[in-house]
Amino acid sequence: MRIPVSWLVEHLGFDEVPTPDELAEAFTRIGIEVEEVSPLGPVTGPIVAGRVVAIEELTEFKKPIRYCQVEVGPEQVNNVICGATNFVEGDSVVVALPGAVLPGGFTISARKTYGRTSEGMICAADELGIGDDHSGILVLPTGTAQPGDDALELLGLNDSVIELAPTPDRGYAFSVRGLAREIACALDVPFGDPGVVEIPEPEGEAWPVHIEDRTGCSRFVARRVTGVDPTVPTPWWMRRRLMLAGIRSISLPVDVTNYVMLELGQPLHAFDAASLSGALTVRRALAGEKLTTLDDSVRALDTDDIVIADDSGVISLAGVMGGASTEVQDSSSDILLEAANWDPASIARTVRRHKLPSEAAKRFERTVDPALAPVALERAAKLLNHYAEGQIKPGRTDVGVPALPEPVSMPIDLPDRVAGVRYARGVTARRLGQIGCQVSVTTSDDGQTIVTAVPPTWRADLVQPADLVEEVLRLEGYDTIPSVLPPAPAGRGLTEQQRRRRTVWRTLAEAGFVEVKPFPFIDPSVFDSFGLAADDVRRNTVGVLNPLEADKNVLATTLLPGLLETLQRNLSRGARDVALYNIAQVTLPRAQQVPVPALGVDRRPTEAEVASMLAALPQQPVHVAGVLTGHRELAGWWGKGRLAGWSDAVEAARRAAQAYGVQLRVVASDLLPWHPGRCAELRVGDWPVGHAGELHPKVIEALGLPKRTVAFELDLDALPLDDHRPAPKVSAYPPVLLDVALVVDASVPAQSVSEVLGASAGDLLEDIRLFDVYTGEQVGEGKKSLAYSLRFRAPDRTLTVEEATSARDAAVAAAGERLGAALRA
Amino acid sequence: MSGANDPYDPKEVAALSAENLDAAVQKAREAFAGAADLEALASVKPGHLGDRSPVLLARREIGALPPKAKAEAGKRVNEAQSAIKTAFDERHAVLQVERDERVLREESVDVTLPWDRFPRGARHPITTLAERIGDVFVAMGYEIAEGPELETEWFNFDALNFGKDHPARSMQDTFYIAPNDSSLVLRTHTSPVQARTLLNRELPVYVVCPGRTFRTDELDATHTPVFHQVEGLAVDKGLTMGHLKGTLDAFARAMFGEDSKTRLRPSFFPFTEPSAEVDVWFPEKKGGAGWVEWGGCGMVNPNVLRATGVDPDVYSGFAFGMGLERTLQFRNGLPDMRDMVEGDVRFTQPFGTEA
Repeated sequence: MRIPVSWLVEHLGFDEVPTPDELAEAFTRIGIEVEEVSPLGPVTGPIVAGRVVAIEELTEFKKPIRYCQVEVGPEQVNNVICGATNFVEGDSVVVALPGAVLPGGFTISARKTYGRTSEGMICAADELGIGDDHSGILVLPTGTAQPGDDALELLGLNDSVIELAPTPDRGYAFSVRGLAREIACALDVPFGDPGVVEIPEPEGEAWPVHIEDRTGCSRFVARRVTGVDPTVPTPWWMRRRLMLAGIRSISLPVDVTNYVMLELGQPLHAFDAASLSGALTVRRALAGEKLTTLDDSVRALDTDDIVIADDSGVISLAGVMGGASTEVQDSSSDILLEAANWDPASIARTVRRHKLPSEAAKRFERTVDPALAPVALERAAKLLNHYAEGQIKPGRTDVGVPALPEPVSMPIDLPDRVAGVRYARGVTARRLGQIGCQVSVTTSDDGQTIVTAVPPTWRADLVQPADLVEEVLRLEGYDTIPSVLPPAPAGRGLTEQQRRRRTVWRTLAEAGFVEVKPFPFIDPSVFDSFGLAADDVRRNTVGVLNPLEADKNVLATTLLPGLLETLQRNLSRGARDVALYNIAQVTLPRAQQVPVPALGVDRRPTEAEVASMLAALPQQPVHVAGVLTGHRELAGWWGKGRLAGWSDAVEAARRAAQAYGVQLRVVASDLLPWHPGRCAELRVGDWPVGHAGELHPKVIEALGLPKRTVAFELDLDALPLDDHRPAPKVSAYPPVLLDVALVVDASVPAQSVSEVLGASAGDLLEDIRLFDVYTGEQVGEGKKSLAYSLRFRAPDRTLTVEEATSARDAAVAAAGERLGAALRA
Repeated sequence: MSGANDPYDPKEVAALSAENLDAAVQKAREAFAGAADLEALASVKPGHLGDRSPVLLARREIGALPPKAKAEAGKRVNEAQSAIKTAFDERHAVLQVERDERVLREESVDVTLPWDRFPRGARHPITTLAERIGDVFVAMGYEIAEGPELETEWFNFDALNFGKDHPARSMQDTFYIAPNDSSLVLRTHTSPVQARTLLNRELPVYVVCPGRTFRTDELDATHTPVFHQVEGLAVDKGLTMGHLKGTLDAFARAMFGEDSKTRLRPSFFPFTEPSAEVDVWFPEKKGGAGWVEWGGCGMVNPNVLRATGVDPDVYSGFAFGMGLERTLQFRNGLPDMRDMVEGDVRFTQPFGTEA
């Protein structure tokens, strides 16, 4: 909300008016956020009111140009070129004469332009630094000034505009009244409340009104002003204030409703009474009803929208925007003024539904003072009476009973206990009184001093002791709260899972992978590129209703799409050797989607309710995934490099799992998007937890990736948190090293051979390592040779070669028996 | 050479004369000194210390001497041999040192050759920052809580005292989950972990929760729809806003140095009352030390405690939340938020595993 300082301080009893910056600081200190402080101008030099005497239209240019004679002083007429057309002969305007300096250091001088000499400039509002209206030059209401009058004073340029962003709980602060009161509290100065006016007793109704929906409308007040002279312009002082607040002047009746809204915080609506037919009804819209709103849009109404209807149908979208059919026209002289209290939640829904934020709705959403409606109507009616000779009809319609704030009680030292401060005696009662509460102090049966505050009508946000506490604390100043560390509890540190996850995170980085954090939003068509079957579980995604990018509208079930897209981005920027990883949640819908139960917040939900809520959430396990392309080891002066291959993906996955304390088993697999012959299924025991290997050539082609790109993905949450407490006994006796080469069918996995050897060599086997794989003529078609080095050692003696050999032979025999392995000749 | 029993006059055995022995010693010394390296020294060694060297040949003549002369001649020979041996050893030691030095010199390499065979990896700076913040609070006795990113509206809004149609709820720019009435959202803040913590854990609780959060802001230099926050929550008997301030000050010092501190400005969040914005005094701020907006905080709203079954008359608490991207942006002077989400390795790599 933008507000000129001159308007704000009008209601405050300052001995010496603070500077705009001091006011801004006071607002900030008590919690009204200041967006900007903008001094008007600066403008210096001769700027005067002028009267347009004659206009000559110059037509030889691309745009309309006017050559005007403007009276700028007694018997002084200047010729001025002007590009605006929103004025006529006789209009009163503001002229910057040669020598004047406008905002931005723009100096006016007599100069030749459009083939004429221009002796000054007719100014628009923004050129004078008052507001941002550049729709035309500023035309002053007739009679505002005489030619030659100093315009600086008239324009009130010695002023500043403060732009404030009150928090959404403080509806009252969207008004000069509310903001001035805040300053009164912050700076302890007297405050004259413009919301306190005498309301005359009505004689009868202003207009027949029925409220059908008391939830939607708690109070509806109307007042009628007749005989309004429709030709009277809005007085300059009011236009200036509206302009500075960022509201365009339309007509006196409309300007008056906006002015009173800014001043008091009560939005008003002016109907052209002559266009109304019959009694007004406040109700929800009926299915299929439509309304043409003031902005000339035809809006299909929802049955949740609150509307005002007359015999002709819906005439207003209540609290949000009026209808075109009953709009105040240039000729309207019979005005029905409406002020009401609308249900904030309903207004909020209507605004969202019709995407129609308005100044009125902004205030209704935040709750408007229920006592304000008749006050605001009286103020508006008096302004119409004063400026346009309207006759205020004696009737007033006032229907509905608005809810008033309930008293709130609390121990008087609660603010002290919440803040950790001992406030001076009487502070709590004084501060609550200052914001408008009726305060009483009593002693409870157990001797506690209790303060009870009846909040003022404009403070619907004060409903519990904590709300009162905040008022005391913020007005006393948060800077008076001390800085004290709470006594430290005995924490248990990171959980086992958190520690291990961190190790994985670090391990992959140390292994040469760069962590990236792609968004979880993916385009489901990526699964077509992956070649996934129609019923592949990874296609079962959770959708986002309002995605930022329309095609990326589902949440990732695998981290690979995001990683591969990031890989492509790096490659397109010139990278060649890239290893990326990501650790993040994926979103997996449950087989049976159950609805979220509707739970209140007035009590703790039961265990069963919590369980059913959690069951309604998709599973969101943490995955780790990586992609590699290009060199795993670079070429250099030391020799050749090595390109990343399927085994680097498997190794990375295994190292990640090892960092988690888990040894993965590897089984050949065939799962897209991996290469059917180069895909490893990673298992814990017999339980699959992920895959690694080279991507399928078709997938690589579809995604435009470099050949032989490899990838892995592992469900980190599926890894068990096994106790890992090794206690190795290290033997100091010498080892016996034996090598053995076994020939097996090419289809026998190396891991099986290793496992059989390891399991059959007995306790003396200390280590087994595959050091060579050979295929070729020497072993024959369809065979391969696996060469192992075995290290034997005894815990208690020097092992003999004979003992070791017999252990090896037993292992070889077992491999022969179970896997058909033969010693290589 | 004389046989042992040949009746020669000892005076005739010239090889054993002091003059001849001295000359042999002198010649050996000269020969050793003339050897330029170990190989040359080895080649001259037999001529002076070998079986056919003058001194050893002279020793053979001792037997021809009358007994009373033997002792004296023997002593002379021994002294000569010992002197030659010493000369050899000394020269050998010198040459060995020279040789060792030469070998090392010859083996020297250009150690400035680049070694980048294994490209370096890195963690994302957000990860490192989150870990570091976690460590700061774990050291204060806190534990690290976690929660899902796709959350029920009850946890994300209702339990946190966001009224159904309160403007605060629509100000959060929420991503909603299909279908229309799912009551599920992508969490707009890490605060739902507050409600989860209060439902799950025994009191008192002191937890922080770093995590990923979502709002429908278009990606630009200062906004990203997917970002990270760290949430803090303490609920105990007798906690005050002073304790909140003390905790934030300790946090600020850990993150920005001993000269840092925080300032609270009144504000509004549905789940805290009183509420405040947190500014942090950042000594290394661009253009000079100053206040930087850092996050939000406040005393846990009694409504949140009630919704999670905590008696607000017995317990009180405080909560705070900061944006990690924002923290990183001003702490490290990062100009563009997009760099944090695009995943260009040139951005991340310099952070290494610590930052």
